[in-house]
Amino acid sequence: MATPYRERTITDPQMNTGDEPYFEAAAQGRLVLKQCGDCGEYHHYPRSFCPFCQSENVSWRDAKGTGTVYSYSIMRRGTPVPFCIAYVTLAEGVTMVTNIVDCDLDSVRVGQPVKVTFKKSEGGISMPMFTPI
Amino acid sequence: MSINGKAYIAGAFEHPTRKAPDKSTAQLHAECARGALADAGLAMQDVDGYFCAGDAPGSGGFSVANHLGLKLRHIDCTETGGSSYIVHVNHAAQAIAAGKCNVALITLSGRPRSEGAAGTSFSNQGASGMVVYSRGMGVPDEPFELPYGSATINMYAMVAMRHMYEFGTTSEQLAWVKVAASQHAQHNPNAMLREVLTVKDVLDSPLIADPLRRMDCCVVSDGGGALVVTRPEIARQLPRPLVKIRGAAEALKHQMGGKVDLSYSAGAASGPLAFAEAKVTPADIKYASIYDSFTITVIVQIEDLGFCKKGDGGKFVADGNLISGSGKLPFNTDGGGLCNNHPANRGGMTKVIEAVRQLRGEAHPRVQVKNCDIALAHGTGGSLGHRHGSATVILERE
Ligand SMILES: [Zn+2]
Repeated sequence: MATPYRERTITDPQMNTGDEPYFEAAAQGRLVLKQCGDCGEYHHYPRSFCPFCQSENVSWRDAKGTGTVYSYSIMRRGTPVPFCIAYVTLAEGVTMVTNIVDCDLDSVRVGQPVKVTFKKSEGGISMPMFTPI
Repeated sequence: MSINGKAYIAGAFEHPTRKAPDKSTAQLHAECARGALADAGLAMQDVDGYFCAGDAPGSGGFSVANHLGLKLRHIDCTETGGSSYIVHVNHAAQAIAAGKCNVALITLSGRPRSEGAAGTSFSNQGASGMVVYSRGMGVPDEPFELPYGSATINMYAMVAMRHMYEFGTTSEQLAWVKVAASQHAQHNPNAMLREVLTVKDVLDSPLIADPLRRMDCCVVSDGGGALVVTRPEIARQLPRPLVKIRGAAEALKHQMGGKVDLSYSAGAASGPLAFAEAKVTPADIKYASIYDSFTITVIVQIEDLGFCKKGDGGKFVADGNLISGSGKLPFNTDGGGLCNNHPANRGGMTKVIEAVRQLRGEAHPRVQVKNCDIALAHGTGGSLGHRHGSATVILERE
């Protein structure tokens, strides 16, 4: 069985105040994360403070852009084209909701190494997604 | 302060409808309220505490309280999705123990079947061809999730996929949960799915979101239910069997800033707290209502509640171990959300109702657990895959 990746229409992210730098970096092909200057922890999704120690001393960092598939599911019904949703654990240790793209979706496995790539939403906003290395 | 023995469930009512295109949601709330009060032998004017959640039309509890004509001195609109009504039982017992009310009414209703809001699958909308279930303006996580097509079913599917990876759980084991529910539903004339299913039937149903198949999902039904909780002095004057609240607890789990762990639910916190308050152990539970939005939901919660070791849930549910009469842990003897009813896409209410039936000896004779003296009802609201609230209540027939 093979389920080739097909482009789908991606709903625009309804950004909240403070989210802009994340999507501006994505438009430049960079995946960024917030890191705490006090406890050192990365977190995701990005906040204006550290959810682990409540410090406001947080700054944007370029992520390595690599990770492994923590879990995934291929949506096959009720969607115009099949797509693969996933939780990817980044090299920095945080796990994010994303899609696995540009591959045979049936070949996706938990634990598989992946790297970041970007797909545009219907309004032209770049969304970080991942593809097998 | 413990609530053990401070309050009783005096009335329970499950609306018989599963499709109600000709009734408003408010009317269904009213019919459920009257049903539970009649069951208890009480009247609407006896109610002084009201509990409802996000399914209630209008803002908080105002509109339904107005609709019913309630005169209240206590109100609680705690919203934890499908587990809200189990939380409400806990909160009602607390309020009664604290002297804040005497007769607490909890209602639920909704019409997702008539209104076409399954919640478990997409329908078409806009250019993307997918409904995006936004929870309103300013929700901080949504820009980082919804564009990826996150939905109830594929988020639960990722819990199942991870469970298979970490613990070797199989699709056959998931299927056994549905099979057990179908064995019970055949005896419930109101159940949406009364056909007895085999493991093969479940495995032959189409994949919706790997590894979950259509038959791993609960039904979509209109309807509702209600409960009446009251203090011991009042409960003892009523004609119904006494169902005592021995322990209850709730907990919340989320993505922990990116330290996502799908292997357990908030039930791992609420379960032990409820058992400790009730002063019983999982071995004492004769019957368990376990929220069954999907088959995987049951497996994860059974582990978290301590009915088996973490990771052994798949093996535990296999070979009919959840079937009343033959299995070790009779569960969801009404057919559960998987086969009977999942009103308003919220299963916590019916979980408590069937536990009350079992303790009263009023379940269908073919599924009634013998000497059912201690029962548990447990629910998960929201999504195991990202954010959810779990609630556990332990009840005793006195
Ligand atoms: Zn910190």
